Amino acid sequence: MKVIKKSPIKTALSVLALAFASSTIMAQELSITVTNLTQGLHFTPVVTAAHSNTNRIFMLTDMATAELQTMAEGGDISGLVSMLTNADANINENPAGGLLAPAMSASFSLTTDSANTHLSLAAMILPSNDGFVGLDSWEIPAEAGTYTVFLNAYDAGTEANDEVRGSGALGEAGMPVPPPLDASIGMNGTGVTDMESNDKVHIHRGSLGDDDMSAGKSDINNSVQRWLNPVAKLTITVL
Amino acid sequence: MLTFNAQPKITKKLSTQLVIASLLSFGLAACGDSYNDSDNSYTPPAQPPMEYSYSITLTNLTYGQPLSPIAVALHGDTKMWQVGQAASVALEKLAEGGDNTDFIALADNLATTSSAGPVPPGTSVTLEISTTEATAKYLTVVTMLVNTNDAFSGLTGVDISTLTVNQEKSWRLNVYDSGTELNNEAVGTIPGPADGGVGYDAARNDIDLVGYHSGVVSKDDGLSSSVLTQAHRFDNPAVKLTITRTK
Repeated sequence: MKVIKKSPIKTALSVLALAFASSTIMAQELSITVTNLTQGLHFTPVVTAAHSNTNRIFMLTDMATAELQTMAEGGDISGLVSMLTNADANINENPAGGLLAPAMSASFSLTTDSANTHLSLAAMILPSNDGFVGLDSWEIPAEAGTYTVFLNAYDAGTEANDEVRGSGALGEAGMPVPPPLDASIGMNGTGVTDMESNDKVHIHRGSLGDDDMSAGKSDINNSVQRWLNPVAKLTITVL
Repeated sequence: MLTFNAQPKITKKLSTQLVIASLLSFGLAACGDSYNDSDNSYTPPAQPPMEYSYSITLTNLTYGQPLSPIAVALHGDTKMWQVGQAASVALEKLAEGGDNTDFIALADNLATTSSAGPVPPGTSVTLEISTTEATAKYLTVVTMLVNTNDAFSGLTGVDISTLTVNQEKSWRLNVYDSGTELNNEAVGTIPGPADGGVGYDAARNDIDLVGYHSGVVSKDDGLSSSVLTQAHRFDNPAVKLTITRTK
């Protein structure tokens, strides 16, 4: 066996080279907080994932996948999770342990594999027909530090925004109303629209709502459950 | 193999440079020491405390929301509000009534200033603020959108210690809701010119958590109790803020 003598400076240089390499090639440790900035919307279980730059969970002006549609219409992230698992993504599911209530935050850590250089997030917003808060392929910085990203509300383009109580099942009309929201959502709305002429993912135009809890067009409360973008804040610390 | 052979040479060169560099710095340090030793009686002239001055320009970007007198504060590492936390009474008074007196008087503030009056839509105001407090490294600016129940805009606890003289930094600010008063937009509840109603009311009848504002609905868009019209609607961002360190 050959013994190689290493000068201290050479060792130092190799360590330095390793440190540089780690910022681009090695795994990263992320500490993430998602904040629901609104005072009137709930988020269904949030899915966050680091994935390669060739994968996406949604993209503006593209048709939603069935997995995205299932999440946006009913809050079920299992389809997105299995899609991401198949793509070798690093995934965090449901950090709030259920609904993320208005103005609340949830924190978690995520260890990313070297190939998973981009971050995405999705959760349905309630009340809505197929609205979701999303982040599409944000490039994770190599440099350690704390980064803030503001997120908009999107419309999956898969269901008419009738704004009335109904179903969270794929392709069925109306909004799902889980028990914690039951008291805050109106009844007997006649429906704002039965059309969804833009069937691609787009920035949500917002809810119309009305001020009548027992009649009117919409079951959404217009002075509480509307929103302006951004609807969420993501604080990402690259360790 | 070739690269292996080449490497030690580079290393050697580098280490020689490093040795020279370290010798140089040792030499300098030594010089400094001997200077101090030989001049024991030397006392530095009394330095006045370092003064930090900033110029802050705020622009009202809205169509029809005058901004209440702008409160500016420098303070230590703290935030005067946070999404998901209840508003302080001082913030509630500002957000519901546009009165910044209590906010300016908060014990955490090390330096403060306020604009003389409200800032109408489409106009700007520039304020100067100075401090000699070394810990006054954080900035808070806050103002009410007066034709609302309890909407305010601003930023809080932003570290400005890295600003160099003449360096400027800019933000476009979103609108918060103090969460202390229902957004019913009703007659008698809006302090601005749209209504001339009551400002601050100690009762908290909303979510009691600060969050982002959902916007004005107005009677034109289906809130029958509203005294507001389409002209009072707004969107994010509502305010542009620029800070320049001047000293």
